[in-house]
Amino acid sequence: MAGTGKAHLRDSPAPILRVEDLVIEYKTKGQLPVQAVSGVSLEVHSGETLAIIGESGCGKSTLGKGILQLIETQSGSVVFDGVDITKLSKEEMRQTRPNIQMIFQDSISSLDPHMTVSSIVELPLKVWNRGNAEERKTKVNDLLRSVGLDPEVVGDRKPSEFSGGQCQRISIARALALAPKVLICDEPVSSLDVSIQAQILNILQEMKNRYGLSLVFISHDLAVVRAISTRIVVMYLGKICEIADPDTLCETPRHHYTHALVSSVPVPDPTTKNRRAILQGEPPSPTNPPSGCRFRTRCPAATDLCAAEEPQLRESSPGNFVACHHPRD
Amino acid sequence: MSDLISITDLVVDFDTKRGTLHAVRGVSLDIAAGESVGIVGESGSGKTVFSRAAMGLLRGNRVHRTGKIIFEGTDLRTLDNEQVREYWGTKIAMVFQDPMTALNPVRRIGSQMSESLVKRLGMSKEDAKKRSIELLSQVRLPEPELALTKYPHQLSGGMRQRVMIAMSIACNPKLLFADEPTTALDVTVQAQVLELLADLRKDMGMAMVIVTHDLGVVAGYTDRIAVMYGGEIVELATTTDLFADVKMPYTEALMNAIPRIDRKRGSSLAAIEGMPPDPITTHTGCAFAARCPYAQQKCRDQHPELVDAGNGHMYRCFFPIGGK
Repeated sequence: MAGTGKAHLRDSPAPILRVEDLVIEYKTKGQLPVQAVSGVSLEVHSGETLAIIGESGCGKSTLGKGILQLIETQSGSVVFDGVDITKLSKEEMRQTRPNIQMIFQDSISSLDPHMTVSSIVELPLKVWNRGNAEERKTKVNDLLRSVGLDPEVVGDRKPSEFSGGQCQRISIARALALAPKVLICDEPVSSLDVSIQAQILNILQEMKNRYGLSLVFISHDLAVVRAISTRIVVMYLGKICEIADPDTLCETPRHHYTHALVSSVPVPDPTTKNRRAILQGEPPSPTNPPSGCRFRTRCPAATDLCAAEEPQLRESSPGNFVACHHPRD
Repeated sequence: MSDLISITDLVVDFDTKRGTLHAVRGVSLDIAAGESVGIVGESGSGKTVFSRAAMGLLRGNRVHRTGKIIFEGTDLRTLDNEQVREYWGTKIAMVFQDPMTALNPVRRIGSQMSESLVKRLGMSKEDAKKRSIELLSQVRLPEPELALTKYPHQLSGGMRQRVMIAMSIACNPKLLFADEPTTALDVTVQAQVLELLADLRKDMGMAMVIVTHDLGVVAGYTDRIAVMYGGEIVELATTTDLFADVKMPYTEALMNAIPRIDRKRGSSLAAIEGMPPDPITTHTGCAFAARCPYAQQKCRDQHPELVDAGNGHMYRCFFPIGGK
C-alpha cells in the first residue's frame, strides 16, 4: 500500500485543514518506536465530510488525535486556517482548540458521570467565559434542542440515565458549544444499534449544514461512510492507499485493499450473492512493517516491485488518487 | 423436518428495584437440526435474554421463567443445575459478543481450552493439548501451537473470537448460539468470522442461532430470521421471504436504517425515531405503535397477535405492509 506522496494536495481553494507528511510514533518499552502514522498528507476543505477508513491498528484514530495535537507528533505539519499548529506553544494551541473539536466512539465514558447533562454542555462555555449565566443557559438549551433532546427533561439528569445513542447526542452538543469549524468524529456510531446509528448520522449531517462545519469522520465501516462523506481516505498500516469520492471508491476501487474492504461489507439482501471475504488474516504488526508497499503481504497482485519500491499516490481519475504499482481496472 | 429444539411461550421476567422487568414476553420458536436462524432486534428487544434462556441459562432466584424449552425431548427449563450442565457445551454452546470478558484474562489460552476437554470429555492432558491445536486450526488461527501459550490480551479481537468459537465447538454441540459474534470486530474480520461460522455449521451439521442488531449481517448467513421487538417476535420468515415481502413496519424500518454500500450517497438515512419501549411497562396496544409511521387507533388499543400469512411467514401487525 500505500504510499506516500502529495499529488492529491491542492492549494486552491485554501483548505480549512491541511496535514502534510505527518508522522506520529508511539514509544514502546525496550523496543524501537512504533510508527502509527507514517507520513500522511491530506486536506479538508470547508464544508466537506472527509472520511478516514481502515482496520483496527491502521492509525486512523491516532491521526485524528494528532490533528488535534492531543498526542505528540514527530514531524510534518498540520495547518489550520493558515497556521501550522504543530509549531504553536501550549497556550497558543489551547486558544486554537475551540475551533477543532472531537467526539469519541464511547460516548458514555467520554461524559463525566457525576455532572448533569446541562453542566456538561455548559462547561466549555464556562472555561472560555462565553456569556453570563443566563446567556449560557439559553445557549445550552438551544444546543440540546438542536440534537433532539428536550432540555427540560434531560438537563438535570446524569449520563448514566441515558442510552449510548442519547449520550452521543450530548457529546455532539458539547462539541458544538464553542462553534468549532472542524469536528473530528472518531467512530461515533460504531457502538450503536443500526436504528440509532442512522439518527446520529442524520444529526451530524444536519449540524454540519446548520453550523457550516467541516467533518473528519473516522470509521471502519465503508457503508456508513459512503452514505455521508464527500471524499474517502483509505488507510493501511499508517499510510494512505487511496483517496476518492464515495461512489467511485465503492463502485470501482482501484487499490486491492480498498477492493477487499468493499467486498467484506455485508449487503442486507439475500438475493445478492454475498461476496466472499477475500482478505485473509490480519494486518502485520506496525513494529516491523513490510518493505515497499505495506499491503503486499496480503495483496493478491503483489510482485517483486511491490517489495522493492514504495508506491506513490498518483491520480487515477480526475480528483481520485491511488498508491499502487498494479491498480485494479 | 424434526425439531432439534422447540420453544413454546417462553416468558422471562426479572425482579428489579423499579418493578418486574418483562424481558421476554411469550416467544415460541422451533429450530430444526442443522438450521441457521437469525434473531434480530435493537438493544433491549429481549434477543439476548431469549437466547440465554433458550439454552437453559438465567436460573437465579430473581428470574421468573415460564413456558417450555424442549431440547431432544427434555424440557431444559425444569432441569436442576446439575442436570442442565450436562447439556451446556456438549449439546448446546454459546459464543459471546465480547471475547475479552468471556475469556479469563489471567490464564493462558491453552489451559482454558484444555479445561473443558479434560473435565467434559475425560481426555488426558496431552490429548487435550492435541485436540486444542486441532480446534484452533479448524477455526483458522495462524500458529495454533504458539497461541496456546498466550494470554487473551496478547491476541487481537478477531483472534480472541476465533478462540471462543474453537472452545464452543470443542464438544461438537448440536446447537450453537452466537450472540453478536462480530459486533466488536472490524468489517474485514467480521466477514471472516461469519464465513468461519457458516463453514463450521455445514461441516459439523450444527444448528446455529445468530443474535444481532444488524439485519445486514444475517442476510447472507441464515435460513430464517426472527425479528424481536419489546420482548416478542414481531416477524418470522425465511430470509428470502423476509427481504422480498416484508410485512411488519418495524422490520421495514430496520431495513431502511442500514447504510448500504451498494447504494449511492445522498439523502438522509431513514432513522427510526424514538426509543424502544420500557421493558417494565406492559403493552396495551402494539409495542411498536409509538414509533410506527402507519399506526392507527386500533394499534394503540389492542395488542396484535402473531398471524400466519399462509406460507409460515408470521407477523404481528394489524396493518401489514402490502396488505389491504
